[in-house]
Amino acid sequence: MCTTCGCAAGAVTIDGDHHHHHHHDPSDTAPGRVIALEIDLLVKNDAIAARNRARLEEANCLALNVMSSPGAGKTSLLVALVRHLSDRVPLAVIEGDQATANDAERIRATGVVAVQVNTGKGCHLDAHMIEHALERLGIPPHGMVFVENVGNLVCPAAFDLGEARKIVVASVTEGEDKPLKYPDMFAVADLLLINKVDLLPHLDFDIEALRANARTVNPRIACIEVSAKSGAGLAAVADWLEAARPGADAA
Amino acid sequence: MHEMALGRGLVQLLEEQAQAQGFARVRKVTLALGDLGHVDPESLAFCFDVVTKGTVAEGAVLDIRRPAGQAHCWDCGIAVTIQSRADACPSCGGHRLSVIAGDEMTVRELEVD
Repeated sequence: MCTTCGCAAGAVTIDGDHHHHHHHDPSDTAPGRVIALEIDLLVKNDAIAARNRARLEEANCLALNVMSSPGAGKTSLLVALVRHLSDRVPLAVIEGDQATANDAERIRATGVVAVQVNTGKGCHLDAHMIEHALERLGIPPHGMVFVENVGNLVCPAAFDLGEARKIVVASVTEGEDKPLKYPDMFAVADLLLINKVDLLPHLDFDIEALRANARTVNPRIACIEVSAKSGAGLAAVADWLEAARPGADAA
Repeated sequence: MHEMALGRGLVQLLEEQAQAQGFARVRKVTLALGDLGHVDPESLAFCFDVVTKGTVAEGAVLDIRRPAGQAHCWDCGIAVTIQSRADACPSCGGHRLSVIAGDEMTVRELEVD
């Protein structure tokens, strides 16, 4: 334990700023061997994600990573969406939460197979969890796999799961400035689903401001207004998913 | 707080490098965490002491470099520096930007014994 600031023996500098940088041992003054590397911190995750992606593509299966803050309505939306799609497309759902199997049970009640991944204290799903979940579920050939990430607009943005597309859900009961507050998440997403639009008559929500803010951080993001409750927009989502499927361009 | 997961991944990477490159102890780790990367450097630095305990990197110095975010502005046709993905082009004020650099999270260099 360092007596200067109470940190452990480790030391930290950020961009050369002297910050927690103390020498504890006189032998440390002699330079050690220097090894140059250029390795991504997420190298392990990304290797497994690439493996997941290859397996999904081989089966012609479209995988979607669905992310949002807690309470934006991911699960209700997925329940409505799988009901809308399940008679035409083979589906499977992976549900991520810190605890409980509630969400997987809600999906299974629709007749679609689902597996629950509990992350414990973890704040995001990673590619390794998805690899095991896919083993348990089996990849539906020529189908779709929806992965509902842990409710969190920060951490899941960093972790590639092997999905083909990332979807972010924001509801009209949240602020229009969510994309500006959490730019990393909205920057990586391919599609923004604006959920709970059935509530718009009761709210002072500026939906155009939300779209504009999303495009500020990500000019290529697609936006669809939906309501899990009324079913509005589900057909448009189904069309978007259809266009994203492997081989859609050739069809 | 995914920085804990990134920290554990970093330790795993260091243990593997120790095996592959034949060193017993890491003195210093140099990371490049771009301004636009998905990581909070302060949080990662905080986790580093905890996750390195009892490993080859216990007591190592963590040196974090912050490469600036760079984007291509489609309206100006030039590369510009930005601090966040929500930033506007400093030249025209527009938002038609594509990030071209400064989103890395890499281990650049190790000093070892």
